[in-house]
Amino acid sequence: MHIIENGNVAAALGVLLCRVNVIAAYPITPQTPLTERLSEYVESGEMQAEYIPVESEHSALAVCIAASSAGARTFTATSANGLLYMHEQVQWAAGARLPIVMCVVNRAVGAPWNVWNDQQDSISQRDTGWIQMYCSDHQQIIDAVIKAYWLAEKVSIPIMVCYDGYILSHTYMPFDVPDQEKVDAFLSPFRPDYALNPDQPANLNTVTLPDVRMDVRGELAHGYMEIRYLLQEEMRTSLTVAAEAEKRFADIFGRGGDPYIEPYLCADAQYIAVGLGSLTYQLRVSVDVLRKEGIKVGVMGVRFYRPFPDEALAEALKGKKGVIVFEKALSYGYEGALVSDLKSALYDHLAGTGVMPMVQNIILGIGGRDIRTEDLTQALRAAAKSRVSRQPVWIGLKL
Amino acid sequence: MRDHKKLKAFELTDEKDFIEIRWHGRGGQGAITAAKIVASAAFVSGYLGVVMAPTFGTERRGAPVMTSLKISRRKIYDLSPIEKPDIIVVLDHLLLAEADVTCGLKPGGIIVLNTPKAFESYNFKDYRLATADITAISVEAGLPHGMVNAGIIGTLARATNLLGMDILIQGIEEEFRTRNPEKNSLAAKIAFERTVARG
Repeated sequence: MHIIENGNVAAALGVLLCRVNVIAAYPITPQTPLTERLSEYVESGEMQAEYIPVESEHSALAVCIAASSAGARTFTATSANGLLYMHEQVQWAAGARLPIVMCVVNRAVGAPWNVWNDQQDSISQRDTGWIQMYCSDHQQIIDAVIKAYWLAEKVSIPIMVCYDGYILSHTYMPFDVPDQEKVDAFLSPFRPDYALNPDQPANLNTVTLPDVRMDVRGELAHGYMEIRYLLQEEMRTSLTVAAEAEKRFADIFGRGGDPYIEPYLCADAQYIAVGLGSLTYQLRVSVDVLRKEGIKVGVMGVRFYRPFPDEALAEALKGKKGVIVFEKALSYGYEGALVSDLKSALYDHLAGTGVMPMVQNIILGIGGRDIRTEDLTQALRAAAKSRVSRQPVWIGLKL
Repeated sequence: MRDHKKLKAFELTDEKDFIEIRWHGRGGQGAITAAKIVASAAFVSGYLGVVMAPTFGTERRGAPVMTSLKISRRKIYDLSPIEKPDIIVVLDHLLLAEADVTCGLKPGGIIVLNTPKAFESYNFKDYRLATADITAISVEAGLPHGMVNAGIIGTLARATNLLGMDILIQGIEEEFRTRNPEKNSLAAKIAFERTVARG
């Protein structure tokens, strides 16, 4: 059934349809309406779940970690400084291999205080061992939440479903709400290999020595390094599992596509804009304008940021004249995180082949600075003419 | 003497398949709800692209607020704020003096205005104007004073011919199903009848 609602409601409906058992969250703009909606579902009995109000984001994720360890399907959501306050537990959830799903409603981080959209919050959590998915519209938000539970539980890795604050969270548009029966067919109840149980006591994630050693049962147990190596290996494997999730989803719901990237007019393009989230949809309008001018451009949204789909990106970008990476976040002191990752992927897969594109980086929309489509078009037009700078170019700056 | 002459129909044709409406109200006046009702009615009427984006961050009761509504035959990919609206809807005539409500309005664009003042007291030379005293009409329909967001939809419908009044009325009664649905739809119906428009 199609409804017109905002992005936070799309996320909440996804959580409802996934029959989540435990929700713990602390309100923060622009995530607040999402958790409010979930608390209403629980209060009205529409959703059979425990909603645990907490005093901070750190506690919200701590509750999810405990509940997930006990075998519950769990959900939390946050933004900006809330995510940063959660950071210690973010790392813990990944190390503990718990399939928690968290929506990150992207917002600029303080200081100075700012409640508007950019993506510095989730990008700053890139190296925590969480899978990161980025959404460009409400359909992708609700679908991503459903896919995320399947994937997270399959690979035992937590997932952040990221979507732009306000631009998506508070904007209304039509989207399809899948039928409960179909979601149930796609997603079975969560049945972990081990769940905390008083009848079978266990120690989880206690001090783990640098080297391997015998455990209490006399079996050789992994050291810290083996456990972390497996996280890396299984993060990489989860790229394949994500493709399986996408296919399963498409079979049942009749929509979906490339699990990693979302290309628009890229096949014959000479220049390709790359980005994360709603910005890549806005760029389609610029691409349409420039195509009419005879400039062969396309745009590609990166739907999966971690694990990084390096091979898919290199394959899609090989032989192009230029790649222009638009980012609403950066690694201070260098450049946008996505452009660094992308250049690394291109070097790995294309170095010495003679089909390596030039790469440029554009920083924009920081702290909710308006992103005018005309400015995007102009930036893309200029970038397609010549490489503007080796440094990231800021657009919309008023200095 | 009321002039009931209808404005030139503002149809969505192949040339004009993208309509941008900017709503101006005060925090708590329900501009977002009104825009949402129109958005749903447009979608039901076959416009696949419907995007309603409130401006964010400074909402408080009584302060000027804005929301953007884009309506298109095709999916809308650009969620950025409207810069050049085809239509502006003003829920409180005092906003004309407080905020630059006509900013970017296309020449020949339509202003839909809730005002107790006479139609003749306004002079927007480049724009077409439609007015009604929605505040009084809503009270007449039995609503509490200040509830104008259903009524203004009647004036918008009369001024623009954009969407069928029957679908809008359905949308109003659905949105207000727990809060005086009949009184709200009655306000829209009266406003539709009493809208003064020239263009």
